[in-house]
Amino acid sequence: MVVGESGLGKSTLINSLFLTDLYPERIIPGAAEKIERTVQIEASTVEIEERGVKLRLTVVDTPGYGDAINCRDCFKTIISYIDEQFERYLHDESGLNRRHIIDNRVHCCFYFISPFGHGLKPLDVEFMKAIHNKVNIVPVIAKADTLSLKERERLKKRILDEIEEHGIKIYHLPDAESDEDEDFKEQTRLLKASIPFCVVGSNQLIEAKGKKVRGRLYPWGVVEVENTEHNDFLKLRTMLITHMQDLQEVTQDLHYENFRSERLKRGGRKIEDEEVNKDQILLEKEAELRRMQEMIARMQAQMQMQMQSGEGDSSAVHGHHV
Amino acid sequence: MGAAGIPAGQSGLGKSTMVNTLFKSKVSRKASQPSQEERIPKTVQLQSITHVIEEKGVKMKLTVTDTPGFGDQINNENCWDPIIKYINEQYEKYLREEILITRKRKIPDTRVHGCVYFVPPTGHWLRPLDLEFMRRLSKIVNVVPVIAKADTLTLEERAEFKRRIQEDLKTHAISVYPQEDFDQDPDDRVLNDRIREKIPFAVVGADQEHQVNGKRVLGRKTKWGIIEVENPAHCEFPLLRDLLIRSHLQDLKDITHNVHYESYRVRRLNESNGPALSPLNGLPGKGEGGSDL
Repeated sequence: MVVGESGLGKSTLINSLFLTDLYPERIIPGAAEKIERTVQIEASTVEIEERGVKLRLTVVDTPGYGDAINCRDCFKTIISYIDEQFERYLHDESGLNRRHIIDNRVHCCFYFISPFGHGLKPLDVEFMKAIHNKVNIVPVIAKADTLSLKERERLKKRILDEIEEHGIKIYHLPDAESDEDEDFKEQTRLLKASIPFCVVGSNQLIEAKGKKVRGRLYPWGVVEVENTEHNDFLKLRTMLITHMQDLQEVTQDLHYENFRSERLKRGGRKIEDEEVNKDQILLEKEAELRRMQEMIARMQAQMQMQMQSGEGDSSAVHGHHV
Repeated sequence: MGAAGIPAGQSGLGKSTMVNTLFKSKVSRKASQPSQEERIPKTVQLQSITHVIEEKGVKMKLTVTDTPGFGDQINNENCWDPIIKYINEQYEKYLREEILITRKRKIPDTRVHGCVYFVPPTGHWLRPLDLEFMRRLSKIVNVVPVIAKADTLTLEERAEFKRRIQEDLKTHAISVYPQEDFDQDPDDRVLNDRIREKIPFAVVGADQEHQVNGKRVLGRKTKWGIIEVENPAHCEFPLLRDLLIRSHLQDLKDITHNVHYESYRVRRLNESNGPALSPLNGLPGKGEGGSDL
């Protein structure tokens, strides 16, 4: 899932990561359309191949987030979406045929932080706290070419401090196993130290130093997307591919289990509801039956009394038909 | 001779740095500075700084009131109120002096002659917040919109973004400086049309100097090059500076005095029903915020 204000470079980054154009017919909406719009959820699927392994990724975009003047309700839609996927999985898991469960749960949320600010904004903090127990959060700073290296370091540190200060739980890369080779251990150390990633996205090929590279051309130079000295794009990509499995596992073992136990404690509406209803209906029907039986008995008693008292009074018998 | 300006916009868009760039000097701050690089901490309240600058042999006092960023909260409704209040307070001060029976020959003028509005370089369109802010401000002060931190946009993206902003402003009938209605004659119109084509200026601010080709220039140093702030091929800061301080300074003042201030004055006098103003509680007219603007 990709979440962040408009214009932070989300779509460009996604397209760069997967070397594709997920939004070929995209029209960027103007402010007039944004004023009344609520947050939307748009899911697109892409297949990528990395080192012989085919991956099918669903990218969930959230246009409209953070656009309104008053953003108080803007993350309700997103949280509902995440919960819905958990709900569906829970339902499938409790069903009879469990062999072909489709896992549509959100395994990772890239949260885009603005590179123009002084750190996290109140909306950033509120949103991340609302979802950190539901999904793995990976904070990302896009449009990193607006920051010098010193400014980047400062911003990263500032953001990490604020994350800790507010008790926000972001996704932590697992440490490399002791039996892995040194290169992998070093790579993991570097990745961990670079969070949040400061990235630049682009699918345009620019000529730089005699070869064609993906980058952005400015009058003062070329920013190369895949140059580690320019930005953390390659690190982000490596993290995503290498730790895809861990992201799924953490979602399953931590976030989903959290959701499941909460749900079932509340008395799981969908799964146990029907049985509860049936019992209730039976009880009600029995009560009604009893009431009707009582009424008939009363009427019969009445009739008896009238027949006994009205022996010689024909009109009285006439008047009372039961 | 003096003039006053205000930068406005969200946090972190480089307003304070821009003020420094304009003066090539440092705004004094309460917080202590780290030794190496002078980092600009977050502005938390309105701060005025006055400088004497010299243009074409004429000395001029330029006051810039730096503002904290607005629009950071979850609910940003009414975030424009503090700036509007400040601007109206300056009009009020002038008005009070003007209506005195014995008044000064030279009324001290702290009125705001120009408000530079910083638009974030998203590359998309103006956001609802930007539109609302500029719509309200342009009714009481000259608004000069600029694209902040423009070093994140390539030249094509810049052109496209400008085109969209111009369209947005026209669609929402927001009249920014130089306003078409106030062109005095055909020559004026030609000159201003050329400026209107380029608005909003794509600016980059920097208060650090670097060595480029043997010269010391103001700029931002990155791994892929140095962005020279005063190089028109890199950014449009020189255009902004020239507009504000050189070519259009008098015009900004004239429009402020003849149009915006007069509107304020008329409103105030109508409110009090007479030329003699009763002592106020400090705040300008009640109806200025929303209804009749």
